[in-house]
Amino acid sequence: MSQVFHDIEKKIIRALQEKPKQTPTELENITNLSSDQIRRGIEWLRLKDIIHVKETTDSTIQLGKNGLESFNHGLPERRLINALQTGTKKLKDLQKELGSVFGPAMGLAKKNNWIETKNDEVFLKNPPEKIPGETLLNKIGENTIKSEDADKNELYVLSKRPDFILENVIKNKEISLSKKGHEIKLPVPVSTTLTLKYSIKKPPIDVEAKTPKVFPARTHPLQDTIDEIREIFVTLGFTEILGNLSQSSFWNFDALFTPQDHPAREMQDTFFLDGISSKKIASADQIKKVSESHKKNWRYYWDINESRKMVLRTHTTCLTIKHLAENKPDEAKIFSLGRVFRNEKVSYKHLVEFNQVEGVVVGKDVTLRNLMGIQKEFYKRIGITKIKFWPTFFPYTEPSLQTMVYNDRLEKWVELFGMGIFRPEVTKPLGITKPVLAWGGGIERIAMLKYGLDDVREFYNNNLGWLRSVTKCQ
Amino acid sequence: MPVVEVSYSRLQKLVGKVSKKQIAEILPFLGLDIESENKDLVRVEYSPNRPDYSTDFGIAMGLQGLLGIKTGSIKLKIKKSNDYGINVKQNVSRIRPYVTGIIAKNGRLDDKTIKQLMAMQEDMHFGLGRKRKKSSIGIHDLDKISFPLIYSTTDRETKFIPLNSDKELSISQILESTDVGKNYGHLVNNSPQTPIILDSSGTVVSFPPIVNAAITTLTPKTKNIFVEVTGLNKDDVEDVLSVIATTLQFAGFSLVSAKISGGKNSTPKLENKKLEISIKTINQILGLNLSPSKIVSCLKKSRIDATIKGKNISCSIPPYRFDIFGGMDIVEEVALGYGIQNLEPVLSPSKILGNKNSRSEKLKALSLTMVGLGYTEALNSSLTSTQILYGLTNRDSQKIISVLDSKSQEHTILRDMILPGLIENLSRNIHEPYPQKLFETGTVFFHNNPIDEKISFACVSAHKDSNFSEMKSILQSVLKTTFNLHLETKTSSDPIFEKGRTASVIVNDKTIGLIGEINSKTINAYKIRVPVVGFEIQLSGLIFD
Repeated sequence: MSQVFHDIEKKIIRALQEKPKQTPTELENITNLSSDQIRRGIEWLRLKDIIHVKETTDSTIQLGKNGLESFNHGLPERRLINALQTGTKKLKDLQKELGSVFGPAMGLAKKNNWIETKNDEVFLKNPPEKIPGETLLNKIGENTIKSEDADKNELYVLSKRPDFILENVIKNKEISLSKKGHEIKLPVPVSTTLTLKYSIKKPPIDVEAKTPKVFPARTHPLQDTIDEIREIFVTLGFTEILGNLSQSSFWNFDALFTPQDHPAREMQDTFFLDGISSKKIASADQIKKVSESHKKNWRYYWDINESRKMVLRTHTTCLTIKHLAENKPDEAKIFSLGRVFRNEKVSYKHLVEFNQVEGVVVGKDVTLRNLMGIQKEFYKRIGITKIKFWPTFFPYTEPSLQTMVYNDRLEKWVELFGMGIFRPEVTKPLGITKPVLAWGGGIERIAMLKYGLDDVREFYNNNLGWLRSVTKCQ
Repeated sequence: MPVVEVSYSRLQKLVGKVSKKQIAEILPFLGLDIESENKDLVRVEYSPNRPDYSTDFGIAMGLQGLLGIKTGSIKLKIKKSNDYGINVKQNVSRIRPYVTGIIAKNGRLDDKTIKQLMAMQEDMHFGLGRKRKKSSIGIHDLDKISFPLIYSTTDRETKFIPLNSDKELSISQILESTDVGKNYGHLVNNSPQTPIILDSSGTVVSFPPIVNAAITTLTPKTKNIFVEVTGLNKDDVEDVLSVIATTLQFAGFSLVSAKISGGKNSTPKLENKKLEISIKTINQILGLNLSPSKIVSCLKKSRIDATIKGKNISCSIPPYRFDIFGGMDIVEEVALGYGIQNLEPVLSPSKILGNKNSRSEKLKALSLTMVGLGYTEALNSSLTSTQILYGLTNRDSQKIISVLDSKSQEHTILRDMILPGLIENLSRNIHEPYPQKLFETGTVFFHNNPIDEKISFACVSAHKDSNFSEMKSILQSVLKTTFNLHLETKTSSDPIFEKGRTASVIVNDKTIGLIGEINSKTINAYKIRVPVVGFEIQLSGLIFD
C-alpha cells in the first residue's frame, strides 16, 4: 500500500534517493526549501522511520586575543624567566620591563618554585625546561586545528587562561534513507497547472499532514462572562441601569450609611480624584436626612465637604441607591453591571479595577428567603449547584449574608456574592419605604472559576497567546 | 476585616461539652470566617461591628448560645463602690474630655488570657477607636495604683517610665522617640498640654491615648484589674468599656464600679436597652412563620433576652451589643439563632419582566461586527499610567485626572483615550503571530465640573502591510453595518499619529474622532517591528447619549 506524503517530504525523499547521505544545508540547496521546512520535514520523516538522522559534533580550536599575544611574545612566565636569565633583578625594574604580564608571571613562577625573591631582588631558582602549554601554543599559532589533534593536558592548561583558546563546536546532521525509505517509490511529479486543466482525477495529497494554525477573532473571554450574566439577569426579570464610574462620596458612602471616619473611606482603600469635588451632590432634603441619620446613629460631626469628594466607585451599589432614591418604586427588579475600583496592591487575586454585578428587588412582600432563592437560581444558571449561605456584615444591609460556592478544582469553598436587605437607616432618609433585597459581587471571580484561571490579572493582560487559545465554552 | 487567633482547646474549655469539629462547623454561622488553621490554633475573621468577638471569651459566649449550652443575655453584675474614684479636671475638656473605667477583681490571668486581652485592646483601638482617636483603652494592675485618680492635663516635661521602656522619659521624649509616640502623637499635638491620669500619690498611671506607665503592666500574677477608657464622646467610651467589662466578667472576674465625676463625666450605667419589634415584621422579612416562643428562643441563642408582649417581641439588649440600632438588627439575630443553614431559599413569584439596556445592546452589536471583521476584543483598565497615556505617545498631558495615593504605579491616572492602551497591548505581543488586530470599547474621562464620562471605541491593526486605507475601510464598514452611519475623513494632526497620515473622522458634520497611522516614534519606542494603524471615535453622542 502506498503511503501519502507531504510535498516537503516528497522533495526530501527524492533528494536522498539521488544522493544517499546529505546534511540539512545540502538538502536545502537541492530542494529549494527553507531551513524551517527542511527541519520540519526531517522531523516528520524521522518519526515515520523513513530516514535516519546521525548527529555528530566537530570541534575546532584557535587562539584568542591573549593566546595570540603570547604566541607572538612568549607566555608571561617565559618572558619572566628570559628576563632573569641575565642575572638577579630588582622587583621594580622587573615590573617595568614586563608591564601588565608581571603580576600573573610572578604568581605562576613563585607557585612552581622557579624563582625566589629576597629583599626586593628576584633571581632564578629551578627554571623549567618546558613550560606547560607552550608546545600547543606554538602548534596552533595563527591556524585553526581540530580539538582532537591537541594534547589534552596542554589544552586544559591553556583553556584555563582567559581569552587564550577559542573553541568552536559545530553540530552536524547526516541524513540518510532507512530501509523503509529506500523502498518508497514516488510518482514522477506532475505540474499542478497541468493537473487542474487536463486531469479529471486529482492526485492524492497528504490529508494527515499538519497544517498551519489560524486564530479566529473573538470577543474577550471576560466580556463573554459579563454578557452571559447580563442575559441571565434579564431572563430572571431584571432591567439594567447604568451610571458613572466616578461618584461623589455622598452616593458611594454617605447614602449607604458608611460613616465619614469609616476605614473604607480612607485613601488607602478608596481612589479619591485629586482635587476634584462635586458641587451638586444631591437634593437639600436628601442631604439633610442622610446627615441626620449619620449624626444620630454614628455620633460624629458630619462634614458636607467630605461628601463632595469625588471617588472612583467602590461598588455599583451607589447606582442602585441613587436610582431608588430618585424613583422610589413600590416594586422593582433592577441590576447594574460594570467596573468598580479599590486602592489595593495588584496581585494574582486582587485588581485595582474589576467588574461587579449587583441586583436589587423592591417589593412590600419580599423576604430574606427570596433573596437566597434568587442567588440559588442565578448560580444554577452559571453552572454552580453546590452553594451555602453564611452570615456576614455590611454597613448598609441587615440581615447580611454571603454565598459560599464549592470550587471542585481547588476542592474548597470560596466566597462569592454578598447580599442583604438595605438597612432602614439607608432607605428611610431617602424616602424608600419598601424593603430592598440587594446582592452583588465580583465577576472576575466567576470568570476565573469558568476558565480555570488562578491569576486574575490574566484578564487584563491582553496576551494574544491566551486570548487565541482559551476555549469559549467551558 | 479584623482577625483573632484562638485555640480550639481553650474554646472547648470555655464553651464546655463541644468537639473541635463542632466548633469549626458552627463558627461561620456566627458570622466568623475561618481564615486559616494550624493544628490547635485557628485564625478567625470577625465583623468590625462585633468587637466582642475579638477574644476567645466573646467567641465562646456566642458558641454557647448557638449550641444551646447557655442562652440568653450576659447580665453584667457590677458591685457598687465608692473606693475607686476618678476625678476629671476641667482643663482636659478641650483635649480629650471623657473617661470611664471599671474594676475587675479576683480573676486569673495566664499568658494566653493576657495575650487575648492585649489583642482585643489593639483591635478596638484600631476599629471602634478609629486608631485611638475616638477612644483608647488602658488596662492596669489594680494593686499598683492608689485611688482616687485624677484625669487632668500636664506639661511636656512630666516624666515617668512608659510601657516597654526601662527608664524615665518625659512626655516630649515619648512623643519624639517612641513608636507609639510617633504613631499617635498627632492626637495630642494640638495643645501644649497633654492628657494624663495620676493616682492619689501623684504617680503617672497613663498618658492617654499614647501609652500606659510601665508600673501597672499586667503579669500572670495580676489578680485585680483596672480598665480605663478615654475619648471624645461619652457614649463611645462607655460602648468600649461595656465590651471589656463583659469579656472580663465572662473570664471569671468580679466587676466593681469606678466612681467617675467632674466635667460632663459620670459613672457608667452599662444597662441593657429595651427594643420592641412586631412578630409580623420578623416573619415577613425572613419569609418564615415562626411562633412567638420560637422567636424568643432564637433570640436567646443569639444571647439576647426577649419576651412576648402581645403582637410584639420585647428585647433586652446588653450594652456591649451597641451594633443593634433597631428592629432589622433584631431580625438578623432571630435569623442567626434560627440558623442560616435552616433557611430554605425560595424564588418569589413576580410579574415584573426584564429589559435590556439599549446602550449595552448597541455595544454588543458593535463587538460582533468587529469580530466579523477579524478584530479581537481587548480589555484594559480605565486607570493607567502617564507613561502609557502620554509619555510613549507624545500626547499633551495638561488635563490629566489623577487619583490620590495609588498603591500601584501602573494605575495612577484615568484614561482620556483608549488607543494608547491598545498600542501598549501590541508591544506585549510582539512574539505572537501577526496580523494582530484589536479593538476595545470603554469609558474615557474628562474634566467638566466635576467629570464627564464618555464611551469610546478604538481599534488597531498591526502587520507588515497595515495601512491607512485598511483602517478607514474597517471603520466605514463597522459604522455602516452596525448603525447605518456614513463617515468622511479630513486631514488632521495629532501626536499619536504620523504627520500627513492622520485624519479626523466626521459623521453628520460632527467630528467624532481620529484615524491614522500610528507615529513611528511610538512604534519604535515600544519596539514593535510592524507598522500600526488605528482609530478612536466617541460613541457617546453618536449612537447613544
